[in-house]
Amino acid sequence: MSDVNTIIAAPGATTTALLAAHDVMKFFGDDRRPVLEHVSLELNEGEFVALLGPSGSGKSTLLRILAGLMEPSGGEVLVHGSPLEGPNPNVAIVFQSFALFPWLDVLQNVELGLLAMDVSDDERQRRASKAIDLIGLDGFEEAFPKELSGGMKQRVGFARALVVQPEVLFMDEPFSALDVLTAENLRAELQDLWLNKTMPTKAVVMVTHNIDEAVSLADRILVFGANPGHIRVELKGLPSAERSEKSAARSRLVELIYRVMTNPEEDALAIVEQSLQGRTRPLAARGAGRAAATRARRYQVLPDVSIDDLTGLVQYIGGIGGHAEVQDLSRDLQMRADDLLAIVEATDLLGFGALQERQVVLTPIGTRFADSELDEEKAIFRAQALDHIALLHHIVRDLETTPTHTLDAERVIDELEHSFSGEEARRQFETAVDWGRYAELFTYDDSSGELTLDEEHRMRRS
Amino acid sequence: MAQPIIPVRAPSSSGEPSEPPRMPPTPRWVDALMLCVVAAVAYGIMRAAAEWRAPLSPNVRVSLSARLLPYYAGLSTLRMTIAYVLSLAFSVTYARIAAGSRAAERLMLPLLDILQSVPILSFMPGVVLGLAALFPGRTLGLEIAAIILIFTSQAWNLAFSFHQSLLTIPRELNEAAAVYRLGFWRRFTRLELPFGAISLIANSMMSWAGGWFFLMASEQFTLGSNNFRLPGLGSYLASAADAGDTHALVLGVATLVFVIVMLDQLFWRPLVAWSDRFKSEQSGGEAPQSRLLDALRGSAMLESLSARVARPLARTLDRKLGSAGSFEPRPRAHRNELRARVVRWGSMALLVALAIWGTVATVGALAGMTGGDWRLVGMSAAATFLRTTIALVLAAAWTIPVGVAIGMNPRWARHAQPLVQITASVPATAVFPVLLLALLALPGGLNIAAVALMLLGTQWYLLFNVIAGATAIPYDLRLVAASYRITGWRRWKTLILPAIFPYLVTGMITATGGSWNASIVSEYVTFAGRKQSTIGLGALIAQAAERSDFRLLLAGTLVMAGIVSATNRLGWRRLYALAETRYRLD
Repeated sequence: MSDVNTIIAAPGATTTALLAAHDVMKFFGDDRRPVLEHVSLELNEGEFVALLGPSGSGKSTLLRILAGLMEPSGGEVLVHGSPLEGPNPNVAIVFQSFALFPWLDVLQNVELGLLAMDVSDDERQRRASKAIDLIGLDGFEEAFPKELSGGMKQRVGFARALVVQPEVLFMDEPFSALDVLTAENLRAELQDLWLNKTMPTKAVVMVTHNIDEAVSLADRILVFGANPGHIRVELKGLPSAERSEKSAARSRLVELIYRVMTNPEEDALAIVEQSLQGRTRPLAARGAGRAAATRARRYQVLPDVSIDDLTGLVQYIGGIGGHAEVQDLSRDLQMRADDLLAIVEATDLLGFGALQERQVVLTPIGTRFADSELDEEKAIFRAQALDHIALLHHIVRDLETTPTHTLDAERVIDELEHSFSGEEARRQFETAVDWGRYAELFTYDDSSGELTLDEEHRMRRS
Repeated sequence: MAQPIIPVRAPSSSGEPSEPPRMPPTPRWVDALMLCVVAAVAYGIMRAAAEWRAPLSPNVRVSLSARLLPYYAGLSTLRMTIAYVLSLAFSVTYARIAAGSRAAERLMLPLLDILQSVPILSFMPGVVLGLAALFPGRTLGLEIAAIILIFTSQAWNLAFSFHQSLLTIPRELNEAAAVYRLGFWRRFTRLELPFGAISLIANSMMSWAGGWFFLMASEQFTLGSNNFRLPGLGSYLASAADAGDTHALVLGVATLVFVIVMLDQLFWRPLVAWSDRFKSEQSGGEAPQSRLLDALRGSAMLESLSARVARPLARTLDRKLGSAGSFEPRPRAHRNELRARVVRWGSMALLVALAIWGTVATVGALAGMTGGDWRLVGMSAAATFLRTTIALVLAAAWTIPVGVAIGMNPRWARHAQPLVQITASVPATAVFPVLLLALLALPGGLNIAAVALMLLGTQWYLLFNVIAGATAIPYDLRLVAASYRITGWRRWKTLILPAIFPYLVTGMITATGGSWNASIVSEYVTFAGRKQSTIGLGALIAQAAERSDFRLLLAGTLVMAGIVSATNRLGWRRLYALAETRYRLD
């Protein structure tokens, strides 16, 4: 079918890069835990680049290094070819939490960016008013941040960033603190400003964990992997005509990125190639390629999905005939595609459903699960969990074999840390506990950190 | 009146006030009142200055005439104000430096912790003797000594609070300040000071309460055979107690209460109302109101003063200091780095040398202590420990039920709150003498009385916290308890106690520190010309200070500081951590 090069972005070897990172490394803490390893990238004029990845993949850290807010532990950052030291004077940042000064009103907040510049009071005010105008905040000049809604606050954040006419605009998860509609609206406005060149900014870098967001906005998407953070693959964004919700190219790209992100152990390039050849496999593949990865890891990656969401989705799909398009689900359930796909992956892991050609299809067991009453539902879940989830299987086996039928949480987490980073190990454990408690396999006392085999489960076994 | 915290606001639209003018049109009386206040303060300072230049005489008589009371009250307030301004400046600087560098923080925080647990009287002999030597023959030295003593009762919690604020500034706000290159001055005035303002003001009120508590101790002290006195409300009260003059005592306490209430109404309340703008989030509760503040906001005089003096001054400062310390991109300067390293290592070496010298000197001084001395210190510590524990238990026993009753009943709270506040604002030391009259007659004498005095000094911390905790119990939870008919002890166990636990721990921490500190004024008292004392670490320290027995003073102080720090670290902080994780209501 198509050539890999239509999707993979070629690393451009230009000398005129606005901003470049060469082999940047970052370690944190006394144990010099690596959070970024060998990251290189270049940012050229006219580009909108998205840094996409799971939490803990160091993308926000990279943004801060590029902004000069943090020093890299290794490698260097070049601004127009010369090394950066201290805060990068050519960038402005839009923050996830807006980072407005609560005691300054909107106008003063916007003027803040100009304080350090040598402009007269009048000029400062004129420019701030213009930025406020541009971003649709007219009439709010004297309002204080606490009087504003989230969307309005982020508009102030944008105005404050744009008023300094930065060469490069940085955005750190700019829409993730907003509700869906507000985010969508603001995103569209930003896109207009960018595409119509209404803002003088030459390039934009956006950090996000939202695949939809990246695909909607970016010309280039850098997918990050974790432990330690690194760039797994660089993908070309869609031409602006194909970015609309309905486009097939868009759905393909979203799905491809999801596939890459949900298979953190596999070679991203191989996934892209497979996808191009139309060889779509079930998401959490248990095939040959997967086996190699699992052997090293021992445990599957449990997606961070709550029981409520999981059972809710299976029952919903069961209620509408046992299959549904991901896109329709996303629309009807008002969920972001990546959140939804995480739940779908969990149903797949448990054998309740599978993703086939952008459709979620329930298995017979999944259908039975969807139709059951609470007790039977739990029994099915228990059986499936013990069969398919290695971590739960191991925990229960250990609980059954110890004479006290108890287990120290730290021990489980320690063991998980062979396969996952500290933070991720804890998250895996928490997900397992959530599922195991629901399945009535064991109980867990958070204050003592002790897992105890469920009485009834023990009786069932003996 | 000096406003301690004036964050520079960005000058907005061509010098016009950024808030729309408040409704009531300028009442003339506000301007007149302000003129009076300015005149009175100016006159007071002149009189005080004359007092300070006066030659030193070791046995100043404080007149018990009621006519002099306003004058004494003015002198005491002035001392407190100077000490407070110094405390504020010190705290903000200290906290800023500590928060600025990891290395400095590691050193400065524990130091602050120790300073906080050193009782005020332990500083006394050194400070007084040193300053008396610096200003021979003049009262100025003593005045400065008194101010420093008050300072030691005001500064530490301010420093802790501001440091805490600096640490809790959201990371992204700091980053925004860096990205927009605010520089040191602008970052300080636009971000750090406003962010810390609310907690700084709350702690300032506590600091003032602490200052009043040690008013008597700071205005009159005995060193060896010398009895130093400074004219002021504290020494008036002390003299009245000495003379057994109940009439003067009551008058003095009444004046003190009046001053405290006036300061609260005219200064703290407007300040608290004004500082509401620094709240980061819209809270559900009502914004604090102050009619005086509304009036001041409408004042034409203040407005023109602010437009002609304050704002241009702020703007000039902003321009002059604005770019200072901002991180401009610049080529690497190796020599600077070298110099910085030399400075850093040099100061480190100096500090280490100082610490070693201090330790050696301490050990040397303590080497002369006999086994008997140590036994005395040990027994005293045990006695005071017992007393503080009893005081704490008693305080908890009455404040928990009363505080919960007040806190859970909004109508009661409305009536009781101001009353409790005024009662609590009366420094316990001022009423000690009156109480002693009654208590010394009881069997057990000062031994029992000291517990009562500690209780008097520290119960309020608990009460306020319990009330706050009870008020914060979500109404829904109370409804749930009611609908499942959870009443009586069960209700306490499942709802009330867990809900107020974090507040209770906070109150206990303050109360423990307070009662140890109070021991030095409650275990050793002078009343009607007679010295009364009982065994205890406080009495030991007070007597050692009076006799200038530095060895015993040092030993007593170290032991007390050690005990207070240890109970904080081993007991309260752990409970506090538990409260933070397990019993949070959110």
